[in-house]
Amino acid sequence: MTAAQTGAAGFLARYEGLKDHLPGARKPWLNQLRADAAVHFAARGFPTRRVEQWKYTDLAPVAQAAFAEPLTSVDGTVRLPAPLAPHRAVFVDGRFRPDLSSLEGLPFRALGLANDLAEAEPHLGALAKPESEPLAALNTMLFEDGLFLDLPEGVDGGLLELVSVAVDPGRPFAFHPRHLIRLGARARLTLIETAAGGGHCLHNPVFEIEVAEGASLTHGRMLQEAATVFHLSTIYARIAAEGTYDNFTVAAGPRLTRNEIHAALVGPKAACHMNGAQMAGEGQHVDTTTALDHAAPDCASRQTYKTVLAGRSRGVFQGRIHVHRVAQRTDGYQMNQALLLSEEAEIDSKPQLEIYADDVKCSHGATVGALDADSLFYLRSRGIPEAQAKAMLVEAFLHEAVETVTDETLKGALTRALDAWWARQGAAA
Amino acid sequence: MLKIEGLTAEIDGKAILKGIDLEVPKGEVHAIMGPNGSGKSTLSYVLSGRDGYEVTGGTASFNGHDILAMEPEERAAAGLFLAFQYPVELPGVGNATFLRTALNAQRKARGEAELDAMQFLKLARERMKALSMSDEMLKRGVNVGFSGGEKKRNEILQMALLKPGLAILDETDSGLDIDALKIVADGVNAMRGPDFSALVITHYQRLLDYIVPDRVHVLMGGRIVKSGGPELAKELEAQGYGAVQAAA
Repeated sequence: MTAAQTGAAGFLARYEGLKDHLPGARKPWLNQLRADAAVHFAARGFPTRRVEQWKYTDLAPVAQAAFAEPLTSVDGTVRLPAPLAPHRAVFVDGRFRPDLSSLEGLPFRALGLANDLAEAEPHLGALAKPESEPLAALNTMLFEDGLFLDLPEGVDGGLLELVSVAVDPGRPFAFHPRHLIRLGARARLTLIETAAGGGHCLHNPVFEIEVAEGASLTHGRMLQEAATVFHLSTIYARIAAEGTYDNFTVAAGPRLTRNEIHAALVGPKAACHMNGAQMAGEGQHVDTTTALDHAAPDCASRQTYKTVLAGRSRGVFQGRIHVHRVAQRTDGYQMNQALLLSEEAEIDSKPQLEIYADDVKCSHGATVGALDADSLFYLRSRGIPEAQAKAMLVEAFLHEAVETVTDETLKGALTRALDAWWARQGAAA
Repeated sequence: MLKIEGLTAEIDGKAILKGIDLEVPKGEVHAIMGPNGSGKSTLSYVLSGRDGYEVTGGTASFNGHDILAMEPEERAAAGLFLAFQYPVELPGVGNATFLRTALNAQRKARGEAELDAMQFLKLARERMKALSMSDEMLKRGVNVGFSGGEKKRNEILQMALLKPGLAILDETDSGLDIDALKIVADGVNAMRGPDFSALVITHYQRLLDYIVPDRVHVLMGGRIVKSGGPELAKELEAQGYGAVQAAA
């Protein structure tokens, strides 16, 4: 065996070697999809900082590593996060694990994608854009599995957990799950996702999310892998008339996190809420990049992101809102706030509004600051020691971000994720 | 008791306090009056330990502790309390959490048992009732959306819970209507006793109708230029600070 090739060339070489063995290798439509994606990935490779959308996030550490896709599944014990709901779908290294999942009694179809490719055919690749996002191309080329949810019209799916665990095989590895989430008209679902585990790994999931007329998806995400993990996720969501997609992401753990969301409001009175809290400590990098298309009239969008940076760390927020000419009476709001706890932390914030309709309410704001000296003195003057006073203010800043979350289970889980990060910072300081 | 000797302090190299001598014996309430810019707020911040004020000379001790050498939280645990002229709003920090954390931090620093949530709530409700505050103010963020009067009452509630040995009230009367003023004064008067002393800093005599001081000091140009009994406040009200300055 020759030494593993690095970067894009390595992934392309492995695609060549694996393509006859990947799930769906006998399905011409899927082979074509993968082959097209490989052409796009070969043409662009990993984005460099010369690419506008990657100006502030350097993928060189990913591009220079020699990751391999895990060829065998882990059969030993897997440490799973404590369950939040009776129903959960568990993936280990990107592969669906029915033995660890509990999906009985769900009022809709929930499967590992690899088991149901025939049903997935019309939907797989319907939203992802491998031609413009190289990471989506990489995912399409090499995905093995993912969660496939299909909620029929009018079904209330309740609460479902998606757990993704990376198990360290002792060498660099990569996995690229492809999740398809489809809600029929007026269907409802709360999906709570936890990414956990460790090892020197690249977790590169792509979501394709369809929210039909009047349907409502709440998507909570807790990206809590170890500080050795590269987490690069790309979400594509399409929201039809009067539908709602509500995304809340806590990114607190990986060495590098890119939380990239492309959402399109395509029918009148659709709504999209994208909120989150991203935190980084010594040597970490967090990036939230959103692209929101208002492509129909009377739609509303709300974005509030909070960033907390400690030690030598870097945070990025890029938020683009595109209001199409037809999207009259758009109501858009975007806010990102960063709290810098050290002199060596850096935040890059880039809001971008493109408005082509004339009757539009669209506002955005960005704040960056250290902890407020007056607030800190007020707490200390009441006898609260400095470290505890700082912790209270950081928690207050973060908790404000989750105030909009209405589902109590989700809110509790998100709050615990925020507090756990802060507790780890305290331990490290 | 509070003992200040020859205290000088500056902000950004500008001398503000130019030699303060003051003693507030245990159990007494003293008022400090003075025109704007005389150094009243600076004195309260220097005593409570706010950053940005440089002490250039003199001493200040409370019950024998050299308070100028202590961190703000250590001064609080030693029994010093500053009621702010402009209480800070802390969005996202619940008022109940804030009060309990403060109380327990001080108890812990003094080696006393901390209060659990139930014990605290009982105590807080009792104190709030005395201050005509509704329980609802416990659930809100600290001072968030509070009116001027509510903020000052929240300061007095903190004082009532923390039971300091010395309270410094920095223009607590500013922006208060007469009803709020009475509630605040009642709160301070209820604390009075052999183990409580207070330094009431004010621009106007009005507050001193309700909190009758044992002594009144006039602070002008960074120095105490005159001291006397409660009648001095009335004198100032009638004649203005100019007359004192002319006589000094």
